[in-house]
Amino acid sequence: MARKLNLRIWRGDSKNGELKDVQVDVNEGEVVLDVIHRVQATQMGDLAVRWNCKAGKCGSCSMEINGKPRLACMTQVASFDENETITVTPLRAFPVIKDLVTDVSFNYKKAMEIPAYEPPKDLAPGEARMEQVDVERSQEFRKCIECFLCQNTCHVIRDHEENKKSFAGPRFFIRIAELDMHPLDILKNRKRTAQEEHGLGMCNITKCCTEVCPEHIRITDNAIIPMKERVVDIKYDPSRMFAGLLKREKRD
Amino acid sequence: MSGVFSPTRAKIEERTLRTDKWWLEPAITFGVLISFVIYATFRAFEGANYYKDHLISPFYSPCLSQACVPEATIGGWAPVSAEIFNFALSPALIILIFPLGFRMTCYYYRKAYYRSFWMSPPACAVAEPHKKYTGETRAPLILQNSHRYFFYMGLVFNVFLTYDAIISFKSVEGEWGHMSVGSLVLLASSTLLWFYSLSCHSCRHTVGGRLKHFSKHPIRYKIWSWVSVLNHSHQKFAWYSLFGVAFADIYVRQVATGAWTNFYFF
Repeated sequence: MARKLNLRIWRGDSKNGELKDVQVDVNEGEVVLDVIHRVQATQMGDLAVRWNCKAGKCGSCSMEINGKPRLACMTQVASFDENETITVTPLRAFPVIKDLVTDVSFNYKKAMEIPAYEPPKDLAPGEARMEQVDVERSQEFRKCIECFLCQNTCHVIRDHEENKKSFAGPRFFIRIAELDMHPLDILKNRKRTAQEEHGLGMCNITKCCTEVCPEHIRITDNAIIPMKERVVDIKYDPSRMFAGLLKREKRD
Repeated sequence: MSGVFSPTRAKIEERTLRTDKWWLEPAITFGVLISFVIYATFRAFEGANYYKDHLISPFYSPCLSQACVPEATIGGWAPVSAEIFNFALSPALIILIFPLGFRMTCYYYRKAYYRSFWMSPPACAVAEPHKKYTGETRAPLILQNSHRYFFYMGLVFNVFLTYDAIISFKSVEGEWGHMSVGSLVLLASSTLLWFYSLSCHSCRHTVGGRLKHFSKHPIRYKIWSWVSVLNHSHQKFAWYSLFGVAFADIYVRQVATGAWTNFYFF
């Protein structure tokens, strides 16, 4: 049964913008993306919103709903009080293009800065073999849908625009961790570049990336902290640095 | 203008549009941690009421100072002078740097105090008040990388505190095979400290996290798997162990001052 929902939608571009109040019908079981589409169809024909799968798997409809970074397609309207006004804004860590659409190209630039998987030289395509226990560890990181909610909520860049040039962000720390934990990857300097080029040391473990991840990837516990510990091995722990000199890493 | 108020971002005046009580968790964390710090500071400087009838406060164990009550030392071993540079030190002040350092550099407590004390950020998607941010790349915060060494020291302390818990199963006259409320309090406190230490992220890394090939190290992989299970609850163990230690100290102090009687079950 339909009821009326009070919605505030941010409308504007990179120069100006404001929150606009609208009232829209909402049906039982609908998600926030449904009502945004209804507003677009009935009241604001030029409302810009990025979306695709409507199943929480493409990562396109990332926005901020009542101030929290979320996927609009996975946010049930019923999760709010009936009389509550739902406020919808674009991601606030990235430049806005129009209405609810932001320019997330920062993330693609950062992705290009991460060196790709490097297999052993003598391994021909199709010959790679891994044990299941080795695969499982990084499979968690492969669940990432690149919605960039973790990037958006990370205060290192959200609150400090100037850090964007030296900080890759949580999405790419899980990529680095995945590769550094990969048994067949032979690139040796991932730990050092994670710290010195991708800004791992800027992270202060406040776990917001983990809190907002729609895939429930334990970004901080399973990727960032293990990478920080690996960096300690090579940069800050004298005993491990000495052991590294003795080529202990080969035994891994 | 920086951060969420940067020129290219959506023009929104509010620091956050969150409507939930996002401030509650950091406020509670601040209140509890500051209360603990004030109490622990008072107790560390008190230098008394830390031992009574085979019960020793975890704040004063191991008691290594020549200022220690002889019964509180480990077999009379007191290698540290009672004074340093003519300044009388409480026995607690000599040792507390290690458990304090372990908690200060702990990955969970970092989250807790960065949010609640430094507001960096106070909560997710709530703009922080600082103009500059360099994270843990410079002094003093680069010292957070010493966490594993405090973890190693924490394990040594756990051995001492477990020894204290075992010793508390003596009667007032020193006979074994007795149990009091104090025995249970010290046993619970030391057990919680083991859970806190063994669930630590540095422990997880040390036992197997640094490996690339789990399949080549099945025993370390198994241990890593167990520690990973504990690691899921590291936050809980951090709080429970903090309350456990605080309560153990309060209990011993109350017994030592005569305010409470240590009840013996048998």
